[in-house]
Amino acid sequence: MKASSQSWIVAIALAVAIALPLVAPTYYVQFASKALLMGLLAVALNLVVGFGGMVSLCHAALFGLAGYSLAFLTPEGEGASIWLSLPAAVLVSSFAALVIGALSLRTKGIYFIMVTLAFGEMLFYLLHDTKIGGGSDGLYIYLKPEFGFGGAALDLERASTFYFVVLVCLVLGVALVSMLVRSPFGHALVAARDNERRARSLGFPVYRIRLTAFVISGALAGVAGYFSAAQFGFVAPQLLGWHLSATVLVMVVLGGMTSVLGPLAGALAIIGLEEVLKSNFEYWKLIYGLIVMAMVFVLPGGLQQLASMVLGAKPASEDDAVERDMTAPHDDAATDRLRPELLRSEAKAHV
Amino acid sequence: MSEMNDVALEANQLVKRFGGLIAVSEVSLSVRAGEIHAVIGPNGAGKSTLVNLLSGDLSATSGSIRVAGRDVTALNPQKRALAGLGRSYQKTTIFANSTVFENVRLAAQAHGGRALRMMGSVADHADINARAHAALDQVGLSHRAPLKACLMSHGEQRQLEIAMVLATDPRIILLDEPLAGMGQAEAVRMIALIRSLKRGRAVLLVEHDMDAVFALADQLTVMADGGVIGSGAPADVRANAAVRKAYLGAHGDETVDAA
Amino acid sequence: MSAITFAVQLLNGVQYGLVLFLVASGLTLVFGILGVINLAHGAFYMLGAYFAWWIAAYTGSFLMALIGGVALSFMLGLLLENVFVRRLYGRDHLAQVLLSFGLILVVDELRQILFGKDVYSVKPPPWLEGSIQLTDNLSYPVYRLALCLFCLVLAALIFYVIQRTKLGMIIRAGAENRDMTRALGIPFDSVNRYVFAGGIALAALGGILVSPISTVYPGMGDGMLILSFVVVVLGGIGSVAGAAIGALLIGLTDTFGKVFFPQVSSILIYVLMAGVLLWRPNGILGKREA
Repeated sequence: MKASSQSWIVAIALAVAIALPLVAPTYYVQFASKALLMGLLAVALNLVVGFGGMVSLCHAALFGLAGYSLAFLTPEGEGASIWLSLPAAVLVSSFAALVIGALSLRTKGIYFIMVTLAFGEMLFYLLHDTKIGGGSDGLYIYLKPEFGFGGAALDLERASTFYFVVLVCLVLGVALVSMLVRSPFGHALVAARDNERRARSLGFPVYRIRLTAFVISGALAGVAGYFSAAQFGFVAPQLLGWHLSATVLVMVVLGGMTSVLGPLAGALAIIGLEEVLKSNFEYWKLIYGLIVMAMVFVLPGGLQQLASMVLGAKPASEDDAVERDMTAPHDDAATDRLRPELLRSEAKAHV
Repeated sequence: MSEMNDVALEANQLVKRFGGLIAVSEVSLSVRAGEIHAVIGPNGAGKSTLVNLLSGDLSATSGSIRVAGRDVTALNPQKRALAGLGRSYQKTTIFANSTVFENVRLAAQAHGGRALRMMGSVADHADINARAHAALDQVGLSHRAPLKACLMSHGEQRQLEIAMVLATDPRIILLDEPLAGMGQAEAVRMIALIRSLKRGRAVLLVEHDMDAVFALADQLTVMADGGVIGSGAPADVRANAAVRKAYLGAHGDETVDAA
Repeated sequence: MSAITFAVQLLNGVQYGLVLFLVASGLTLVFGILGVINLAHGAFYMLGAYFAWWIAAYTGSFLMALIGGVALSFMLGLLLENVFVRRLYGRDHLAQVLLSFGLILVVDELRQILFGKDVYSVKPPPWLEGSIQLTDNLSYPVYRLALCLFCLVLAALIFYVIQRTKLGMIIRAGAENRDMTRALGIPFDSVNRYVFAGGIALAALGGILVSPISTVYPGMGDGMLILSFVVVVLGGIGSVAGAAIGALLIGLTDTFGKVFFPQVSSILIYVLMAGVLLWRPNGILGKREA
């Protein structure tokens, strides 16, 4: 897609998003808030997965921790101050991301996936099995955070106000990720994904770069988790479970990992699909699962690939590029292929 | 005293063991600035392992490595790179899906002082872009700048690797078989390029092409079975009986005499 | 804690570890040889237990349930390898994660359709019912002892196959260096298929074996999946011996953790994993990086 037509699409989408609460009934506004928050989570995850080449399965835990933080910080009978609770919640998520990332990034490839999954589940079990957060029953957040500045205040209990706050967060999140991706830091992150060995030998501190991206992504996931918890007024351990992490991965891949906004489109599509399936089929998860499986084989390039197939406008070489990105062996396999001399010396050692 | 200060890279009694196998055995060598030091030897002599030890891709079992007098033995590859050590790989190691210019710009960025700035686009960093252009110019790839790296010929990809090394502004350059798999014309260009690298830098060259080695090298180290069997100026090494016997063998004599 | 309760807990820990080993060894072989990450491993553990309940309900025989459940799972594994998984060899891990996540949703919903979401129990074979009286007020179920023995025999068999047979040689070579084995012209298609199906069958076997001592319930696979992952991370990918060490470590840590530190027992194994990651990022018996 050309840059100009892309910015047109973004502008139109933004205009629709702004107009939505003025025309749609409350239910849809709430539904849209939920979808946008999932979009923010997916955009955050894609910084790590798409641009960093790290398949993380613990982002739901980072998301959920921020929600629990809000629950802890909400006093009885009133709403928590957003100025205090939002930074605190984001700090908790970032800190968890720092610890999990510092340990997990000592590993690569399959190990990294398993280790992030295990640490995410650790947080799940911590909240599920102990009384810290109300155990498996979870905690209620009876009142939404209070968003006052000066004498004025935004009433987050109003669906449309809440929606606009979420929209602003999403726009800021997207702007942050876009800025990072274009910056020297982002280029170094992508370089480490494409060829870790080369990145190292050029002098890039690969571990530190990845950990920084992981923490920033965790912080954004925290923002999404904070507002999700506020919206539902309830947190439970399931919020941290890895099924949500995997679902967000599906959103990222469906939307396309090569762009900042792709995952947002993926999130909207998946949330919409879920809603349609849920209301029409009893065994909707069966169909949903089959769609996910089919996507892996039929649409490895996600919606971007679908769009180019439907429009047929793109030259073939660009389609190929999308597929190549998806099918290229990541990180460890790629480095192995590029390390014939190491393999050879290892083989010698085993004789 | 001044001679000591010239030494840019120094390896002292380097040993690398893989399990029971000794890949590199007590290798010592030094490379001065302004000089090309070639390491030759038959396949399996441990030359590539030596380069990997020097660059930090492998850690030494024992021995020490100094860069400009500073002990870097304990440093990882990226810290050694920042200490002034640049390298190319035996098999081309580039960012295949990025453009030629992006490849070199990444290298320039890594040594720009603000390698990991999070604000502003990389395109706006004038000094980084200037250094990248200069490096591309030096290897003669400026006309290829907007091309995807994987679409270039093998020889050009090797030139690109050298450009990336140059963009990091290294004091020492390690080249692991830079001529491997090149055609005649490409090799001639590469030899000229390598010769230009030694101006103000120390170059360590591992290469099988004896014509190139004797055309380029100021110093030679000959390895066999992980150890050093001879070293010195090319003419002296050529005359060394042990080297002739162990490495050059029956038909090797012709190659050397022809060179 | 008296010596006898200690012994009982030790036995519990070992027994837990042995079952964990069966399940995790299937996972580690699929990782190591096929290079495929299978998040649906736990789902097959759950499915195995439901197969056992279903067959036992019809035939009244636990032995039939055991054999039938393993056979069904093995065939299911062959089918899945043939239709889906083989297309993923060499694809990135992300595609494998997504496929197996979709598979979990499908398997879970099929279980819902076929067996419902009730919690069931399975009776052990009559000759293994009852308990051995240890002291006046302490007894140990015969089935658990038999389970330990059975798992030990199976573990020995797995080690024998891997260390002594031609198939095992191929498997070891594959885990060591996949490209090299491929270059040697080994019949990979069939080895892959049987390794994947074998891995699924081992997961299901684990579920079947614990069905008489725990209950059969829909969410049982999730916990097992995570535990198997931790075992593989501890032991090192592709290493069956590592899986054995990891599984016993986890079994004992979890069992004694519940006795000594009931408050934090559920996170002890993750603390263990974090420790191993700091000490040896590639697992206790994992390949060290050169």
